[in-house]
Amino acid sequence: MPQIKLPELVCPAGSLPALKAAVDNGADTVYFGYKNSTNARNFAGLNFDEKAMIEGIRYAHARGRHVLMAINTFPQPGREAEWRRAVDGAADLGVDAVILADVGLLDYASKRHPDLRLHLSVQGSATSYEAVNFAQREFGVRRAVLPRVLTLAQVELVIKNTSVEIEVFGFGSLCVMNEGRCWLSSYATGESPNTVGACSPAKFVKWEKAPGQMNTRLNGILIDRYDDNEPAGYPTLCKGRFEVNGETYYALEEPTSLNVLEILPEIVKIGVSAIKVEGRQRSPAYVAQVTRTLRAALDELGRDVDHFKVKPTWQTELAKVSEGVQATLGAYNRPWR
Amino acid sequence: MFESFPKSFTIPSFKLPTFVSAVGAKLPQWPHAVVLTTGLNAAVKMRLLPEDSLELLEGKTFLVEVLDTGSHARFTFRGGLFRPLFKTGSPATSEGATVVDDLVFRANLSAFLQLVARQEDPDTLFFNRQLTIEGDTELGLVVKNMLDAVEWPKLPHFPGFATSSR
Ligand code: SF4
Repeated sequence: MPQIKLPELVCPAGSLPALKAAVDNGADTVYFGYKNSTNARNFAGLNFDEKAMIEGIRYAHARGRHVLMAINTFPQPGREAEWRRAVDGAADLGVDAVILADVGLLDYASKRHPDLRLHLSVQGSATSYEAVNFAQREFGVRRAVLPRVLTLAQVELVIKNTSVEIEVFGFGSLCVMNEGRCWLSSYATGESPNTVGACSPAKFVKWEKAPGQMNTRLNGILIDRYDDNEPAGYPTLCKGRFEVNGETYYALEEPTSLNVLEILPEIVKIGVSAIKVEGRQRSPAYVAQVTRTLRAALDELGRDVDHFKVKPTWQTELAKVSEGVQATLGAYNRPWR
Repeated sequence: MFESFPKSFTIPSFKLPTFVSAVGAKLPQWPHAVVLTTGLNAAVKMRLLPEDSLELLEGKTFLVEVLDTGSHARFTFRGGLFRPLFKTGSPATSEGATVVDDLVFRANLSAFLQLVARQEDPDTLFFNRQLTIEGDTELGLVVKNMLDAVEWPKLPHFPGFATSSR
């Protein structure tokens, strides 16, 4: 039976109970962020204050797991100090690595905290090995999270040409494209992930229930309308239904979730170092369900990679918590480049 | 406290027959609000709910409607405490109602139970259209995230809930 090195399972934590749920259900690593715009899930009431961070790190480390801090938005003009403070805070707290997107901040972190391990965020949008190697050469980046726009062959090409560890997304809501560059939310609301840390901030979102249907509005703009038995999705512009040339449909992307269970053996064989689960905005229940399922799948894979079969119960469990109707392999198996 | 459910215990998805809601809607509504606010205030007193989130709830009115039992609870948060608001009749149809709720949650009983037991995630129930949220979406997120962040005390504090699973 061929022995393989299993990738690290990296799970999201938007709260202390979620962090503990991830650890208890088999995550190797958890990631979290401060309660402010220095991270890309800046939602009201979500995330960690320092006290919760200390307890979270203690809980994970006591069980031999790692903790990463996401500081993955772009410092806004005149407020750079807030982002630097977040990096300093991460170093003081003793997290195992920080996940950064902005080159200025990477530069600051590498100079100010030479011992702090740096990961390049998906928001940094490094899609080629040149970009990844640049981040390694200039800032000593040890791991890069690849955007969800690459095919499996492209991911393999990157891995073959770099010594930086590569992390890919394994499960979660899809942010369709151009990680780190999407301005759709700003177009409707003036705020977007890279500026305030949230796509379609809740204060602009209205769900209107009418008999038999529900309307979703973003800053007054109607972006979708669901029948009562149709599954709903997050209120993001990319997943809205629009009228184009007289036809109303999901013109940009359908509300789907990424799910890589089917291609897990390939992902492992090409040497991916870590698999990431999306969803710091989700509740502890979701974190527990997804972590448990992926842990089971990875362990099964570790027993015998060549005879790995996806269990229907895993798919059912993941399908239930998914956004939209279907789960897809995202770009991993797309024919286009 | 709900962590005391034995590990194997899962709340099934169910919907009560419609006659239950027809009867339920005729019963006085205030006990639900009293029970709910008493529980929430206990959490406030035990400092389980983060203060920065609580501040955002000041003066807001909330309506929790259980569709298949025909019951609802309306309450507000004022001066550091959750307080029931007494109004009778079905909120969805009450004509001339002066209260415009800031936030409304609607679901069947099983969905609410699954939420409270942390068995299902609200986003999951929302995607599957088992939970509707109306009104101030940001306030909804505050409430959801506030409840998610609560570390419910483990058993020793709640001897009455002891089970053999621990
Ligand atoms: S609009 Fe869609 S693609 Fe753009 S940031 Fe939001 S979720 Fe991502």
